[in-house]
Amino acid sequence: MTAAVAPAAAVAPAAAAAVPALAAVRLSKSFGGLKAVTDLSFDLPKGGLHGLIGPNGAGKTTVFNLLTGVYKPDTGAVHVGGHAMTGKKPSEIAQAGLVRTFQNIRLFGDLSVLDNVRIAAGVRARSGLWRSLLRTPLYLREEAEIRARASHLLEVLGIAHRADEIAKSLPYGDQRRLEIARALATKPSVLLLDEPVAGMNTVEKKAMRGLIQSLRSQFDVSILLIEHDMGLVMDICEQITVIDHGVTIARGVPTEIQSDPAVIEAYLGVPDEPAPTAGEIGA
Amino acid sequence: MSARATPGVAGAAVRSLYPIVIGFALAYLMQTVVAVSIGDYYSKILIDIGIAIVLGVSLGIVNGYAGQFSLGHAGFMAVGGYVAAAIVYYGSIKLFGTKAIYGGSLGPGELLLCAGCIAGGAFAALAGWLVGQPSLRLRGDYLAIVTLGFGEIIRVLLKQTDDVVLSEKKVAAASWWSLMDNLGGGFGFIGGPRYIDAKNPFWVWLFVVVVCLVAYRLKYSNRGRQLLAVRENEIAAEAMGIKTTKAKVSAFMTSAFFAGIGGGLYAHELGNSLRPADLGFQKSIDIVIIVVLGGMGSISGAVIAAIAVTLLPELFRSFAEYRMIAYALALIIVMLLRPQGLLGLQELWEVEWRAVGRSIVTAPVRLGRWCVAAPGRLRAALKAAADRRQEDRS
Amino acid sequence: MTKFVQLLLQTLTLGSLYALIALGYTLVYGILRFINFAHSDVVTFGAWVAFAIAGALGWAGTGSPVFAMPVVMILAMAASAALGFTIERLAYRPLRKAPRLNVLITAIGVSLLLQNAGQLQALFGKDPVKMPRLLSEAPLFKVASVQVPWVDVALVVLTVTLVIALQWLVFRTKLGQAMRAVSWSEQTAALMGVPVDKVVSITFMIGSALAAAGGVLYGLKYRQLNQTADALWMLLGLKAFVAAVVGGIGNVRGAVLGAVLIAFIEVFGAGYVSSKMPDLFVFGVLIVMLLFRPAGLLGTATVEKV
Repeated sequence: MTAAVAPAAAVAPAAAAAVPALAAVRLSKSFGGLKAVTDLSFDLPKGGLHGLIGPNGAGKTTVFNLLTGVYKPDTGAVHVGGHAMTGKKPSEIAQAGLVRTFQNIRLFGDLSVLDNVRIAAGVRARSGLWRSLLRTPLYLREEAEIRARASHLLEVLGIAHRADEIAKSLPYGDQRRLEIARALATKPSVLLLDEPVAGMNTVEKKAMRGLIQSLRSQFDVSILLIEHDMGLVMDICEQITVIDHGVTIARGVPTEIQSDPAVIEAYLGVPDEPAPTAGEIGA
Repeated sequence: MSARATPGVAGAAVRSLYPIVIGFALAYLMQTVVAVSIGDYYSKILIDIGIAIVLGVSLGIVNGYAGQFSLGHAGFMAVGGYVAAAIVYYGSIKLFGTKAIYGGSLGPGELLLCAGCIAGGAFAALAGWLVGQPSLRLRGDYLAIVTLGFGEIIRVLLKQTDDVVLSEKKVAAASWWSLMDNLGGGFGFIGGPRYIDAKNPFWVWLFVVVVCLVAYRLKYSNRGRQLLAVRENEIAAEAMGIKTTKAKVSAFMTSAFFAGIGGGLYAHELGNSLRPADLGFQKSIDIVIIVVLGGMGSISGAVIAAIAVTLLPELFRSFAEYRMIAYALALIIVMLLRPQGLLGLQELWEVEWRAVGRSIVTAPVRLGRWCVAAPGRLRAALKAAADRRQEDRS
Repeated sequence: MTKFVQLLLQTLTLGSLYALIALGYTLVYGILRFINFAHSDVVTFGAWVAFAIAGALGWAGTGSPVFAMPVVMILAMAASAALGFTIERLAYRPLRKAPRLNVLITAIGVSLLLQNAGQLQALFGKDPVKMPRLLSEAPLFKVASVQVPWVDVALVVLTVTLVIALQWLVFRTKLGQAMRAVSWSEQTAALMGVPVDKVVSITFMIGSALAAAGGVLYGLKYRQLNQTADALWMLLGLKAFVAAVVGGIGNVRGAVLGAVLIAFIEVFGAGYVSSKMPDLFVFGVLIVMLLFRPAGLLGTATVEKV
């Protein structure tokens, strides 16, 4: 019974681990005549925490929209865990494991906090309309599992005490946490966070910082975030891509980015000419 | 293994279907006890209320849960009504040899009625699929217009059909295929046996229970929550992995199915005539009014509104002329002052009654305070307007 | 050949009618991104008010003076403009910031209100009436052995005049500039000092006046005015709406183009294909248009910000 079982193919563990959780390959997108994103590429390794920064209007959210399938890239490709996702619908990409939060919070406002998370948790449930209406044992089992997982997530994110409240009535910080809980409920492999600490005070930011970092190990996700808060970005991101007007102007570790002259110019501009003295005017 | 599984399956079946049994019992009670005790006049009103509930609750599935504003519900009602009428009328002749009422309670004639209604629902669901596929890719107000258009198309197509074949001999000799075109045209489908009347409301109430059960179980299920997600924020729903178009089409089909059943019941009620002219945009609006006033997405809200909308014209017959005007004003005022309708997404048992009671009790006080403050506020508003005009001029 | 010319003439007159009504839809949509469901009822109102005015001024019978038509037309347009202003002020303006669906339902309510209130004995009553002959139906000239009556000529000429006037207003006056600014971005226009509320009110008034013109001309051409809740009016408005969508809703030239196209499809469809279901063609066109080119022929698509 031994049989000539071929020895396990010499799969170089290094090669297997090298498949990035998320890869963008030369993404470009124009709207009318405006080039929103030009030739953008990056790799997000499994378990990584990367940042995408740039001045306002640089095209960061557009990049997220390209990655999640809201826009179809004109050229280039998106790979999630090695699988090509270019041109697929947002729901397909989400089912493949790439999930996002939104810059302007997009909660299911009139529904309860628990329901918001339960909806995301049930996205891969197998019970269809008939099983749901007949309340079959499979359906009941799935419902129980959904509820348990959703409750657990609310606890981890620290908003379990608000489970029955209406989502839109939550304080701002908790709404952001709810968005993250909801995204995590889909069991993603990659999590895109769009300005997770926007509008928060220092205390909330500090809490969120610790939370984001813990997400990686707790939920086995890789994270790419867009943020304007440089302190947070430089603190927790392992690698940062900087874009301006849709073009990548720098990529590297935080210390490199901080001293990159192109980055400084994009954010702060070039020093002005010295002002003319009184004697030079009208001479 | 099987010895342990069977009680499990039996138990599951009971848990799953016991409401239907209750429904049968309820419908039976309505027929044998209630209809007899309240008399024919009120029993008929109750039947109309029941059909209105079926139509309103079914519309709530697509307008309320999925948030897709359909203005063509009467079209699906028409499809179901006509299919049921054809099956019952022509089928009655072919199977029983007569077009009159055949058999007693739950007899072969009534079972044919039940089958006809369900078939009507199935055809209506198919129509829902056909209409939904293209329409549901459109945004809010465009969807409304397109569904309106489809409702009118259905109505116009029904008007083009040939006359109903009245001779029993001819019907018996003809094939089903050829009979499909004989639906009455502009005059309507005349001559079908009217199984549902004041003394025989059983089927209406059975289907009322079924619709409400389905609507309830759907709302509080994973699939139902997905519909609510689509209603709340379609982009976010899609981003979480929900196949939104599929969900919307599914809601559309379910809603259309029960509209078809409502149509089948409507077609066989004594005193009703099934005509294309009655099943157009105006009828769709009548159903929309129920859902808007009751709360889009609330089953109990739709039931309450259906009762109100059916009962009030009966109680105030002298104001029949003003009925539509009253409804029109109700729509406008509701949208301006309380857009969620009576219950919004909530059910009657989810309302915080203590808070409602409190606001009722404190109402006089709040009204008083408002009256006292009003002159001051009016003066301030006039002054602000005058200041603005002063600014514009300078 | 005669048939072709006849159909062509019909297309022109029907297209003019649709154009006047479609312009109202497109102006309001351009400014507010809102389909004014009650627009077709303003058409009805315009026609009936004209009838009432003609009666009140003693021109109900034959032998009305030449200036009767313009006077009735102008008065009807003014009355409808007032109606449009009132509707916008009371029913739509409070919902400016509300979800689109709420305004749609309100518009349906307004439409129902106008239709059913119009049927009250106190107002227009339930019986159809005949519009007095303010415009002669005598032929003005002949084209390829087809008589062209005064009515048709007046219809087309009036429409062309009003459209040209509207074009001038929108593209060459300050008010038009304000309208275009508001249609691009209400917020920015307000920040630039444009009195948005006033502009919206005026747009509604213009749209309503044009609708009334359409209604009056409809009455003068087809003579029979059915009661205000009759499906005929709604169908008229719906087809004009389809015309606006086909041309590109929000686009003035598009409304005219769409109107002529829809009239063409309806008239030639009935003439050469089947006279039983002209409405079906129009609905079919609407559905096809919204599925494959929702922006219409001359419109530009708007993208929702994610």
